[in-house]
This record gives sequence, C-alpha cells and structure tokens, in this order.
Amino acid sequence: MTREEIIRPENKVYSRPELLTENVTHYCPGCSHGVVHKIIAELLAEMDLADKTIGVAPVGCAVFAYNYIDVDWIEAAHGRAPAVATAASRLNPDNLVFSYQGDGDLAAIGTAETIHACNRGENITIIFINNAIYGMTGGQMAPTTLLGMKTATTPYGRTAELNGYPLAITNLLAQLDGTCYVTRQAVHTAAAARKAKAAIKKAFQNTVAKKGTSVIEIVSTCNSGWKMTPAQSNDWMAEHMFEKYPLGDLKNE
Amino acid sequence: MAKVYGAVTIDGQRCKGCDLCVVACPTDVLLLQPKEVNDRGYHYAFAANPDACIGCAACATVCPDACIEVYRVVDRGE
Repeated sequence: MTREEIIRPENKVYSRPELLTENVTHYCPGCSHGVVHKIIAELLAEMDLADKTIGVAPVGCAVFAYNYIDVDWIEAAHGRAPAVATAASRLNPDNLVFSYQGDGDLAAIGTAETIHACNRGENITIIFINNAIYGMTGGQMAPTTLLGMKTATTPYGRTAELNGYPLAITNLLAQLDGTCYVTRQAVHTAAAARKAKAAIKKAFQNTVAKKGTSVIEIVSTCNSGWKMTPAQSNDWMAEHMFEKYPLGDLKNE
Repeated sequence: MAKVYGAVTIDGQRCKGCDLCVVACPTDVLLLQPKEVNDRGYHYAFAANPDACIGCAACATVCPDACIEVYRVVDRGE
C-alpha cells in the first residue's frame, strides 16, 4: 500500500485538535504543558463544551494559555485562580469553569485560595501541573521540590533542615469534604496521557453535573529547569517523582 | 492475518525537535533531522522508516506541539 493510499481523510486516526489556535506555543521543547493543553482542547471539542467553558489561567509558564486554546479565559493574579474561578462559577452556574495552575501558583502563593475553594466545594475543575520547580522564573525551589533535588536556589540539593519537606498538596485536598474527585496523573507516555485524558474528562463531567471540586494533578517535567533533555527528564520523573507523588485516584465519589 | 498500514504527517515548522515522539514510537519510524533545521532552528522530526509505521498514534499523543497527524488502514485481505 502506498503512502498516498494511506494518507486520506477517511483513514485519519489522529489530528490536531480544532480548538488549538495556530499559534506556536512559547513552551520549551518537550514541555508537558503542551500535551495537557492538547488534551483539554480535544476534550472540550469532544464534549461539545467549547462555547460554555471559562478557563482561568495562572501566573507561571501557562500564563499565556489563552493564546493557545480557543475558549474564554480569565487571567488571575498569582495564586488566585481558584478565587477567580469561584466567582466565575457562581455568577455563571451553567458554564464549565476550570483553573489551570502550576505548583508555584497552586501550592505556594495560592495555597490558601486552593484549600478554601476546595473546602467550600466550589463547582470547578482544578488542573494542577506539578513539575517540582518554579519553571518560568528560572528553576528555583518550589514547595513541591523533592528532598535532595538541585535547583537554582538549592544548588546542593533541598534539605529538610533548611527548606522543609516537599508538599503533596493533592493529598491534603483529598481529605477535604468539598472535593468529589482527586487524582494524580502524568503525560510522559502515550498510555499515561490517555489515562490523564480520561481523568480530566471525568472531572469536566463532575463539574457539569455540579458535584463539587475536582482536582487533577499532572506530575510533569520541566526539562529546562531540571537541566536535562526532554526524554531524560521523563525518565527522571518516572524514577524519582512518582515515589513522592504516586499516580492514581486519591478520591472518587 | 490482517495487516496494518500507518503513516504520519509532521508539521516540520511547528516541531521543536524535543525527541519525545522518537522515544515513544514502538517501531522506530521517527528520527530527528541530523543536520537540517526548520525556520526556528530546531532539528525537526521526520519519518526515517515510514514503512514500519503501524498508525498507533503514540507519537502524536505525546507530541507537546500537536504537529503530528496519523493515518491508519487495516487490510483484512478481503
């Protein structure tokens, strides 16, 4: 069979999601953000929710998410995405509201907003990209940085005496009564990305059904901040990050 | 036995040469251009061994820049 016979519209099994804009992302090569953006764009089109969706973008690398996914967005102040999403969701109860946040945004400066939004059981989906580092500002230590991990501000590795312990905030959120679905996923392989897609789909369904707060943590890489190639950082993540941040559902009600 | 034919098209200008598709491919179809670069200076991916493609879409699923599209034909020999 020739290439011309295979490349026909009826044989297409994977195409670029329609909801992604034509802009080339500003993310570094191999960044997990691109995969998660793609999954969100696919799901919103498949679930026919594009016209009803309000995204809340964080401060961090994903600050320009509104340039890439063609839905309505609000840009929140640093860490305040769950608070802004609360307002958007309460004022527009028939819309799907989700926040998209990194670990510096959600687990550091926005810890209070995150915990209280989840505790109030706001009807939103929180997508949390955890790469254990402040990627945008140059790879400083974040609360989620692993013990012994070298960053720009912990050049000899993070120590518990000086820097405290890594914060598994998703485990905290799973204990709150307001959350209905809390899970931890990754997108480093095709199989993991498909699982993550199923998890985000479930979260969006929960939000549409007004069941409470859904939290999806995506354990991610920051190959620039970690000073590795994208493939190496995926291996490093599977070897080290999953020990502290094991994948799977933490709560499913 | 049914034979599966696959093919990928890659947007070389959008590709950032991150190598993740090359690692993800189970049949070693893809490689990064060893010398050529695109307009933004990246060694973009291409199908070096297109006949081995089975259209599994693993490369497209892990591509952060959504520059791969996949086609698949299952020939049942009818």
